[in-house]
Amino acid sequence: MIRLSDIRKTFGGASRRVVLDGLSLHVEAGEFIAVRGESGVGKSTLLNLIAGLDRPDAGSVVVAGVDLAPLDDDALTRLRRERIGFVFQAFHILPYLTVAQNVALPLVLNGRRAAGEEGRVLEMLEGVALADRAESAPRELSGGELQRVAIARALVHRPAIVLADEPTGNLDPASAAEVIELLRLAVKQQGATAILVTHSPVAAASADRVLVMRADGMVDAGNAR
Amino acid sequence: MHADPALTRVSLARATLGGFAAFPGTTGRALVAVCAVALGVALGFAVQLINHTAVSEFNAAFATLSGDADLQVQGGRSGFPEELYPRLARDAAVAVASPVLQLEATLPGADETLTLIGIDVLRAAAVTPGLVGEVQDRFDALRPDTVFLTPAALASLARRRGDTLTLQNGLDPVELRIAGVVHGNGEARMGVMDIGGMQDRFARAGRITRIDLRLRPGFDVKRTRERLARMMPAGVSVVSPRSNAESTERLTRAYRVNLDVLALVALFTGALLVFSTQALAVLRRRVPFAVLRSLGLTRGALMRLVVREGAVLGVLGALAGLALGFAIATLATRWFGLDLGAGFFRGRAPGIAMDWTGAALFGACGVAAAMLGSVAPARDAARAPPALALKAGDVDVEWGRGRSVWLGVAACVAGAGATLLPPVHDLPLFGYLAIALLLLGTLGLLPALSALLLAGVPRPRAPAVALALAQIRHTPAQSTLSLAAMVAGVSLMAAMAIMVASFRGSLETWLDEVLPADLYVRAGAGSDTAYLTPPLQAQLERVPGVARVEFLRATSLALDDDARRVTLLARDIDPHRPMDRLALIGPTVTPGANDPPPAWVSEAAADRFGWHVGETIRLPLAERLEPFTVAGVWRDYARQQGAIVVERALYTRLTGDAWVNDAAVWLARDARAADIERALRALPGGDRVDVATPGELRAVSLRIFDRTFAVTYALEAVAVLIGLTGLSSAFGALVLRRRREFGVLRHLGLTRRQIGTMLATAGLLLAGVGAVVGIALGFVIALILIHVVNRQSFHWSMDLAIPWVGLAALAAALLALATVTAWLSGRAAMRDDVVRAVKDDW
Repeated sequence: MIRLSDIRKTFGGASRRVVLDGLSLHVEAGEFIAVRGESGVGKSTLLNLIAGLDRPDAGSVVVAGVDLAPLDDDALTRLRRERIGFVFQAFHILPYLTVAQNVALPLVLNGRRAAGEEGRVLEMLEGVALADRAESAPRELSGGELQRVAIARALVHRPAIVLADEPTGNLDPASAAEVIELLRLAVKQQGATAILVTHSPVAAASADRVLVMRADGMVDAGNAR
Repeated sequence: MHADPALTRVSLARATLGGFAAFPGTTGRALVAVCAVALGVALGFAVQLINHTAVSEFNAAFATLSGDADLQVQGGRSGFPEELYPRLARDAAVAVASPVLQLEATLPGADETLTLIGIDVLRAAAVTPGLVGEVQDRFDALRPDTVFLTPAALASLARRRGDTLTLQNGLDPVELRIAGVVHGNGEARMGVMDIGGMQDRFARAGRITRIDLRLRPGFDVKRTRERLARMMPAGVSVVSPRSNAESTERLTRAYRVNLDVLALVALFTGALLVFSTQALAVLRRRVPFAVLRSLGLTRGALMRLVVREGAVLGVLGALAGLALGFAIATLATRWFGLDLGAGFFRGRAPGIAMDWTGAALFGACGVAAAMLGSVAPARDAARAPPALALKAGDVDVEWGRGRSVWLGVAACVAGAGATLLPPVHDLPLFGYLAIALLLLGTLGLLPALSALLLAGVPRPRAPAVALALAQIRHTPAQSTLSLAAMVAGVSLMAAMAIMVASFRGSLETWLDEVLPADLYVRAGAGSDTAYLTPPLQAQLERVPGVARVEFLRATSLALDDDARRVTLLARDIDPHRPMDRLALIGPTVTPGANDPPPAWVSEAAADRFGWHVGETIRLPLAERLEPFTVAGVWRDYARQQGAIVVERALYTRLTGDAWVNDAAVWLARDARAADIERALRALPGGDRVDVATPGELRAVSLRIFDRTFAVTYALEAVAVLIGLTGLSSAFGALVLRRRREFGVLRHLGLTRRQIGTMLATAGLLLAGVGAVVGIALGFVIALILIHVVNRQSFHWSMDLAIPWVGLAALAAALLALATVTAWLSGRAAMRDDVVRAVKDDW
């Protein structure tokens, strides 16, 4: 499903910093992968490359059978819109939309506004136990509830890939565990491939496989479960 | 251990003020706010400097003319018999009495006059020494053919001592030898000659216009004034020299206050810009502020910090504004004259004098405006719960949510009530207050009005447009921040556009009504010495091709003990059909056979003296009070102090004055205006009259009108510019603040183009709200300007005319500019690095 080959990525102007140097990664369809590593080692950069939000200086990225290199920004955006879902550390729920509207946003962006899709939104909210909060404003929800909304949004359009960047970073342990379990369940139910970037051993333990990113490359830490 | 207070203050200042530099674009926006304050201060200070110089000019001129006089005896423009002089000179209270004859003398071939003053040099030396010229031959001051000119007159007429100066009496030349210089107020254009010679040369035998009195020590000025006033014939009053200066100053005061208010509007708009800049800066720093509050900074201390930031902006803006204001004042007087085109200061062009008090006042206004603009954001920063601001996630604290609508309503209602209140010292202060209250009230209602207007927008299909609409609907208070300065600027520009269109339309209609003839002949504009004698009048009537001529005599009357003046127009008019010649408004009466004859008073005269149709009034003619019936009120845009029209035949019978100043000529069928003009010029002295068609007079009048309002247009354009700058600044700040949101949307699959569409849509929607609210408010303000401010300031009424095309063009331009501005401001939102903003802590 996801294949990165000999990726090299540098940042910076006067003092250029090599973030990724010769990274290769293969993720099978349906896998739930946790990626751990020290701060600054390039975990978020990895996710951005997979999502087409950034381009490598060298190497190739193939996502769902599509080589990203020849695609322009609009094509990458369309691919991202249709095939990828995101869960962020800071939730990033839009404050001026209701909970239901936030969840429906990927469907709206994909032009899928049929009546049946409204049922999809409700279905997702039921899946994260927030069906009764559909018309609530985001400011009325707790952190854990907001992250559940984010999970529903990430999966509503049936993406092939879910990318979660420290989804439990701002949650208490109880909420974090709940969210991770919910995420894993939802991903597995849809048969999506998920990459979870995390510092949390608890979150990592929920993954099928844990990869540790180091400055000198990726190390497979084995199956977590 | 106690912390070093100075160190603590510096640390706190760095923690907050340092945020200015830490956030991209904040410094730039602060600079824009500084410029806005500077512009407001500059305009206000420039107007103040020009006013200050103008008032100084008035006072200096009157000081020269009145010298050491304690009292002045004066009549109307035609003066009074000189027999009054010896009576006053012999009065026990009078030490010295100096007779004066003052006329506006026509300069042949020029469209201007010279103030000519005739004095008895021996008497004048004791009372008004500034009027006595420097003599080389001591008898020059007594000769009937010599004149002394001020340096300003010599310069503007390009003459020197020894040259000949030609003036005009009737249509005949009067040549005088320039014998020397008279100083006094060197900026005034005037000439001084012997009073007897002047009476003789200008056919004013036995008439004088003023007597300057210096009282003996020990005599009370007020009591003496009252006693002497009781001795005076009708139309002659006894006044203090200061009251004359005040009376003239009052004539221009309304115009000057009007300009002051417009300048303050620019300052107010600048304050709004500071408000939006500070509000957005506070929003941006809500997390750092929350951290400081958590660490122990009190609410009061935080509030003081933010207000001090505003004060810094204000000080910088004020200093720049004062320097710019001085430059603007200097340039404006050079281009438009000291009266900024209004026509009050013909012939005077002094330099701008620095007014330190005004500088301190307007500098303080700039600082105060900036600090006031910071108070509300400071209060909100202090009140924001730290815990909420520190909470992770995207839940933005909605600034200003819950602002009471009732405050806005109350302000609007109070404003409406203020329109009903009378003027204060002839100034429409409550009218200006009403405008300010309505403006503030509407700004307070802006969130609610914005929600109301946007509720009617149909749900769009395009996701980017739908997101833009949802975002604006959800954050009405933030929209207010963007819109406040723009709504203020647009409303005032729309108000001025409607008022000026109404005024201009009414002026055009009025000109059509008061210029029915085919040709107009004038002996000399604004002159006392140019006139048509009865023989000349008869010759004019006999010119082949002339069907009919109506003559007009213009003079002025002093109507009361305060010497308030009004223009008297004695004209040929059918008393049964005055509407054929006058722009009558309201009811009219036709006096019965036993009633006093009719007089038609202008709106200004009716307002100033409280006259009503049907009332009997008494006018001082030939030193007698003659009764007249107020037969109607007419609209007059030419004479601000008021005018009265009476039948000329009656006037001549009462006064013996058969001279006329103007003639309206109707041509016979098939006669051509050009031929008639040639024939008129062939008459004796015909080359010294002005001949114009109604079209030419109309064009000149409208040109003067447009020039008068040129400064107003400029000030309003500045206000709109500041408003648009505020909108641009606010957009830029909001875009930066929403970087994370844009990053999320890019993650979710919005293309760069869609982000741009979102921002352009937001700009268009906000500008649409701003345009609708601004223009609607502008309409209401225009009504106040027309029916309250103008009426109370200048006593002019006008018919409402709405420049639909102009307003539509204004709205279209605003929408286009705002949309482009929003799109350009959002270019940062479409860059790749916004994707990384989702990881920003703040």
